[in-house]
Amino acid sequence: MSKSSFIDALIASVVMLILTSWLLGLQLDNQPDGLRIILNDAAHTTWVIVGVVLVFFTQLFKAPISRVFSGIKSKGQDSGFKLPAPEEKPTLYRFLTIAALAGLLIWPFVASRGAVDLATLTLIYVMLGLGLNVVVGLAGLLDLGYVGFYAVGAYTYGILNTYFGVGFWTALPIAGCLAALFGFLLGFPVLRLRGDYLAIVTLGFGEIIRIMLNNMTEVTGGPNGISQIDKPTLFGLEFNRRASSDEATLFHDFFGLDYSSNYKVIFVYLAAVLLVVLTVFVINRLLRMPIGRAWEALREDEIACRSLGLNPTIIKLSAFTIGAAFAGFAGSFFAARQGFISPESFTFIESAIILAIVVLGGMGSQVGVILAAIIMTILPEMAREFNEYRMLMFGLMMVFMMIWRPQGLLPMTRPKMEMRNG
Amino acid sequence: MDNKLLEVSGLTMRFGGLLAVNNVALEVNDQEIISVIGPNGAGKTTVFNCLTGFYQPTAGQVIYRGEPVQQLPGHVISRKGMVRTFQHVRLFKEMTVVENLLVAQHRHLNTSFLAGLFKTKSFKKAEAEGIERAANWLDRIGLAEFANRQAGNLAYGQQRRLEIARCMMTQPSLLMLDEPAAGLNPAETDELDELIVELRDQHKISILLIEHDMKLVMGISDRIYVVNQGCPLANGTPKEIQSNPDVIKAYLGEF
Ligand SMILES: Nc1ncnc2c1ncn2[C@@H]1O[C@H](COP(=O)(O)OP(=O)(O)O)[C@@H](O)[C@H]1O
Ligand SMILES: [Mg+2]
Repeated sequence: MSKSSFIDALIASVVMLILTSWLLGLQLDNQPDGLRIILNDAAHTTWVIVGVVLVFFTQLFKAPISRVFSGIKSKGQDSGFKLPAPEEKPTLYRFLTIAALAGLLIWPFVASRGAVDLATLTLIYVMLGLGLNVVVGLAGLLDLGYVGFYAVGAYTYGILNTYFGVGFWTALPIAGCLAALFGFLLGFPVLRLRGDYLAIVTLGFGEIIRIMLNNMTEVTGGPNGISQIDKPTLFGLEFNRRASSDEATLFHDFFGLDYSSNYKVIFVYLAAVLLVVLTVFVINRLLRMPIGRAWEALREDEIACRSLGLNPTIIKLSAFTIGAAFAGFAGSFFAARQGFISPESFTFIESAIILAIVVLGGMGSQVGVILAAIIMTILPEMAREFNEYRMLMFGLMMVFMMIWRPQGLLPMTRPKMEMRNG
Repeated sequence: MDNKLLEVSGLTMRFGGLLAVNNVALEVNDQEIISVIGPNGAGKTTVFNCLTGFYQPTAGQVIYRGEPVQQLPGHVISRKGMVRTFQHVRLFKEMTVVENLLVAQHRHLNTSFLAGLFKTKSFKKAEAEGIERAANWLDRIGLAEFANRQAGNLAYGQQRRLEIARCMMTQPSLLMLDEPAAGLNPAETDELDELIVELRDQHKISILLIEHDMKLVMGISDRIYVVNQGCPLANGTPKEIQSNPDVIKAYLGEF
């Protein structure tokens, strides 16, 4: 603890004091004769002082702390846990799949209604995460406007349902296709861009879609959104208390049960499980198809790809389009679950959360993304009381991840190929 | 029968004020090993970049099998059968060795979405054949036991060989190698020598070779082109080149 580190610590805490006393110590108060600046209450002052003391001591003991940190880090990288590839441990994976499926199916019958509903939301994020994982994790295209395709899917179902009475299961493929079309059309001009530029342009596209939805008031209801969107039906059986029309049959009538709104929640949940299982299956297959390998090759070296006769534009477009399609499915599902959509639900922060899921999970790793989606939806729910600080926690988590496990929670090892002679 | 594979004339590439390639002509016939030599910065790699569509040449004609290709994008030229390696190895480092070879077979595999989704018979057959072809080449270049290793973890010489094998997976008729012996030890260079000759004699392809290792070049080349500061200086058989006074003065004299 030299003199210089003492001075460093002193400067840091003075800076901290100046900054926080402005931001936390003062408050604008609306008086009858105009705005006044007043001192904040004592609790804030205490926290400011605690913060300043904390900064002082961490700065003072910076060297030993960073030594501990680097110790953890290097250890973490040595024994960096990686998921084995499914080809390596087929029984383990089969067991895990069956266990997960069983858990998913039992869950709605043991958990509370709220928990089931939360699980449905989680499943939507799983779908979004898996879809964006194709674009960012596999093809390496940083897409910050992914929420735009999510919105396209949601509004496709919303509009088809309100204006034309189209049911969920019919609208679902249409929503996926329309989102894919959007992905294709937007991808065409922008995919020649690289890295940061692509990120900025896609960010813009996401915002354009949201603002368009906001302004096309006649069709989309503008900021008021679309409400009373129908829930999915089971082969035409409705889950409402009363039938929407004379021909419609109700689920509880058909099975001779008493009406319970739980059926609806459980059914929506099970439909989400079905969609997620399909998503996992399709993407898992894609990874082992030539196109999946081409995505990864492209992420690693575009020039080498071209020299081998792979058309980068087509490969990028296919990743972009397929990723958008999954967002479209998730979007129409979101509309069905909420029964209400508005542009509010499709702001940039959604894109950021989905991207965080991909990064947190480990780029390209399906299991990792699923785990991250669960963490990212459950944690904020559990941390309700920290409402204002949610974004702060979110940021902190990202920073710590980057320090400890830059490769993500559960990175995947490469699939092994069975060779003729080992 | 016309056995001209590649005919280049008047090839010129200008980067701003720098004339990197000036009026270069080349001719490659079927089953020939042709070398391009010249001091560093002579413009050899730039010639490769122009031929394979990575740069648009400022002027000149590139005729491949009687068809002009100089305006085509790189991946189209590659599909026609002109495939190159890079001066600095460009493998897909995080993918496994065999995956590197499978990516290169992209066009020969079953890329249909539905076939892959449901693992149809034709899909599985195409994949199995692809792996088989990859396995054959891995055997040939002595990397069979590393098939499931990450390509980036291979030794440098192995990476070089893998890059050549990866090119061969696209079934080219003209293989262009940019300094393949750079960084290899003498034993590895001898193996490379053998491999290149085998490619010509058994796989019936032509090779366009950029190389500084004079022993290798003089030993295997059918003809040699010498470029100096972007300009063609001489061309002929290894014997002619070795005794050409201009070449000796400009290039071999350094040794
Ligand atoms: N993209 C480029 N932009 C500007 N100058 C370039 C570019 N590529 C190559 N050059 C220049 O062209 C000349 C020839 O380079 P190169 O073809 O790499 O030489 P060689 O492969 O014969 O050593 C060098 O002076 C190099 O700096
Ligand atoms: Mg060079």
